[in-house]
Amino acid sequence: MADIFDAYQPIEAWDEMFAGPGQPRPAYDALIAALQPMDPAELRFRADQLARVFTDRGVTFDFGGEERPFPLDMIPRVIDAVEWDLLVRGVKQRVLALEAFLADVYSGRQVFADGVVPWRTVFTSAGFCREASGLVPPNGVRVHVAGIDLIRDENGKFCVLEDNVRIPSGVSYVIENRRAMTNTFPTLFAEQHVNPVDEYPVRLLAALRAAAPSPANDPVIVVLTPGVYNAAYFEHTLLARLMGVELVEGRDLFCSGNRVYMHTTQGRRQVDVIYRRIDDHYLDPLHFRQESAIGCPGIINAARDGNVAIANAVGNGIADDKLLYTYVPDLIRYYLHDEPLLGNVESYRLDDPDIRTWVLEELDRFVLKPVNGAGGVGIVIGPMADEQTLAELHGTVAADPRGWIAQRPVALSTSPVLIDDRLAPRHIDLRPFAVNDGTDVWLLPGGLTRVALPEGTLVVNSSQGGGSKDTWVLDADTGPSAAQPAGPGQPVDLVATIRAPGLPGSIAADRQSGPMRGYEQ
Amino acid sequence: MNTGLLSRIAETLYWTGRYIERADDTARIIDVYMHRMLEDPHADEDADCRGLLAILGVPSPDGQRADIGLALFKLAYDAKSPSAVTGAVLAARAGVRGVRGVVSSEMWECLNVTWHGLPAQRRSAERIGPHVYLRFVSERAALFFGLADSTMSHDDAWRFLVLGRSLERVDMTARLLLARLSGTQYELGWSMLLRACGAHESFIRTHGWASEPQRVTEFLLLDRLFPRSVMHALSTAEECLTAMDPGPERAGDGNPARRPIGQLRTRLEYADPGGLAGQLPELLGALQETCGQASDAITKRYFQYAAPVTWVQEG
Repeated sequence: MADIFDAYQPIEAWDEMFAGPGQPRPAYDALIAALQPMDPAELRFRADQLARVFTDRGVTFDFGGEERPFPLDMIPRVIDAVEWDLLVRGVKQRVLALEAFLADVYSGRQVFADGVVPWRTVFTSAGFCREASGLVPPNGVRVHVAGIDLIRDENGKFCVLEDNVRIPSGVSYVIENRRAMTNTFPTLFAEQHVNPVDEYPVRLLAALRAAAPSPANDPVIVVLTPGVYNAAYFEHTLLARLMGVELVEGRDLFCSGNRVYMHTTQGRRQVDVIYRRIDDHYLDPLHFRQESAIGCPGIINAARDGNVAIANAVGNGIADDKLLYTYVPDLIRYYLHDEPLLGNVESYRLDDPDIRTWVLEELDRFVLKPVNGAGGVGIVIGPMADEQTLAELHGTVAADPRGWIAQRPVALSTSPVLIDDRLAPRHIDLRPFAVNDGTDVWLLPGGLTRVALPEGTLVVNSSQGGGSKDTWVLDADTGPSAAQPAGPGQPVDLVATIRAPGLPGSIAADRQSGPMRGYEQ
Repeated sequence: MNTGLLSRIAETLYWTGRYIERADDTARIIDVYMHRMLEDPHADEDADCRGLLAILGVPSPDGQRADIGLALFKLAYDAKSPSAVTGAVLAARAGVRGVRGVVSSEMWECLNVTWHGLPAQRRSAERIGPHVYLRFVSERAALFFGLADSTMSHDDAWRFLVLGRSLERVDMTARLLLARLSGTQYELGWSMLLRACGAHESFIRTHGWASEPQRVTEFLLLDRLFPRSVMHALSTAEECLTAMDPGPERAGDGNPARRPIGQLRTRLEYADPGGLAGQLPELLGALQETCGQASDAITKRYFQYAAPVTWVQEG
């Protein structure tokens, strides 16, 4: 039977859906069965519907001053229960190690005394904030939300590409993607149990409440946004709305007596927890950049005085430093006395002269990353770069070896993506979101699968032409073997799958209606 | 528990209410006017267009003929002017984008879809006339306020939206009546006036076809049941302000925003319909003045928040 998957040609990388041509992986059985009866035109139609839903809802990111919808691919990415369990444990472990490390950096500094991480690595980092020294959050949590970027290498093994514990973004797309998919493609969900993603706002709110100076007193929580021109503004509004808290800008807040207040129509109202989506350096003009107009002067002092909690904590940037990333496996062993469940991508520190010489000689064999980069900016992929780029890179890296790390190039795994009217392999990554409420680290099932849309590219960031996929985590008991593929002739009984079992047929009174004049025959 | 609303958000909602109502009312007025100009073989295009611009408080061009194209641009399509239909929709959409956490997502989506739909409607309007465009905006405005009523809690946020809408309505109706009074050649007929307020059918149902003109003024000013009458809009505005800030129970009213509205409403409440015609010029002037005063007082009382702080380096 000719179907949309016939012409699909995997490339030299681990393909998420196919072990080889025509050999789907078990987790995808039910999905493929549901997609097979469709022709490309049908898929295209739904893809256009999907794009319209996004434009109408304003699910956009800001691209050079223009609002653009974030492209969502029709074909979901599926992760089975067993594999997901490993990712959950691996990410939790990593978040806990980073929490311990940050607490250590900003108070005890034992880790330097024990020689695990050199002190100079920390104090030369742009992410290190002297202002946060000795600032202990009320419940000790600094990483309220983490986005740990994972990739799958050529052998199908997941490893960590980078840690984002400052203000990781993208969770709104996870929520919106799922909403759009269930609206335009309900049949796909009928055959298997996909873990829902709508618990996130509740978990985040619980973690923010737990972070308050006195959690029992119904704390006032706000989301602090830089404003409508921020690329992630849509996400800020979505989170505020779903949590039912105020979305504020810097100009809505003011500090008085080391407390933070917002201006309301009923006078001032004290704020207890600020989930800020503003970088450290713009947060408080008293301590950081004086010209910042999007922050609120006095916030840091209020936090130091224990009157307000800032999430994520100030100074977390040190953990996002790519050079520090190379130490995380050691930090896991040091703080948790455990072996890392998720490894790093093979990385090299350039502060060692021998390694530096070796890397500089063979730049075309490495990926070079700036340690403070975000959004994929500045990364040079050696094997794909031209001579001039490499020559320039040689100069920059030699001049500032602290500013770069080298990594082995990894062909990110691929997944079928609808390009025009056919499916083609594109590289993808995965950003699971972890929420830490101080007692447990919870992972949003799935996370954001980002797609590098231009053919052959490896950079998946939305600011560089990336798209995304809905990410499914299958339930353990409806794993691959339990899923029943639906044949083309079998209509899917949506109602049966939605209705809760055991619900009595008639639980409510009959509907009333008026006289049906004009309907009589 | 009334915990107050962010001042910035309250201000945005108030102006959203005003802008959407303005877009709707302006669209209705242009629609009626254009229809009349096309129907009337003796119409003086220049004078008619100047009249239309004058009603809506937009300056006419000096030394240049005002034609339909120009009037349409200034009042309907100009994206930069919040007095034009398009500009008002854009201003409302930009505002609501900044307060998406407070309005329902359906309301935001309604405005966003409207905004995305304007270019296509404009193209249709170029082919088959402005009616499609104006009607589209009026329908979307109705949808927006309908969603506000049915998907938002009727709390202070909603009240600011309704307050803005009500004051804009008072202002618009006063403008239309003023134009009728001016007695110039481009004045609107009574039925046109009713149509421009969306009150035509309602009026006929209430007073019948053969009623005298002063009934129209009375209906638009004093009717307690018609939602676009000045009386109804003033009462709604007053209710919103009272609910937001109940004030002292025993005597006086400490709320400077509510006072002018309440005074005028009371005046209309007990006005003698027979003597209305004589007082009309002064009354309409008072209406516009009251709208301005109330808006200023609301701004002063509720919308005070810090301007961005600038820092001076010492030493």
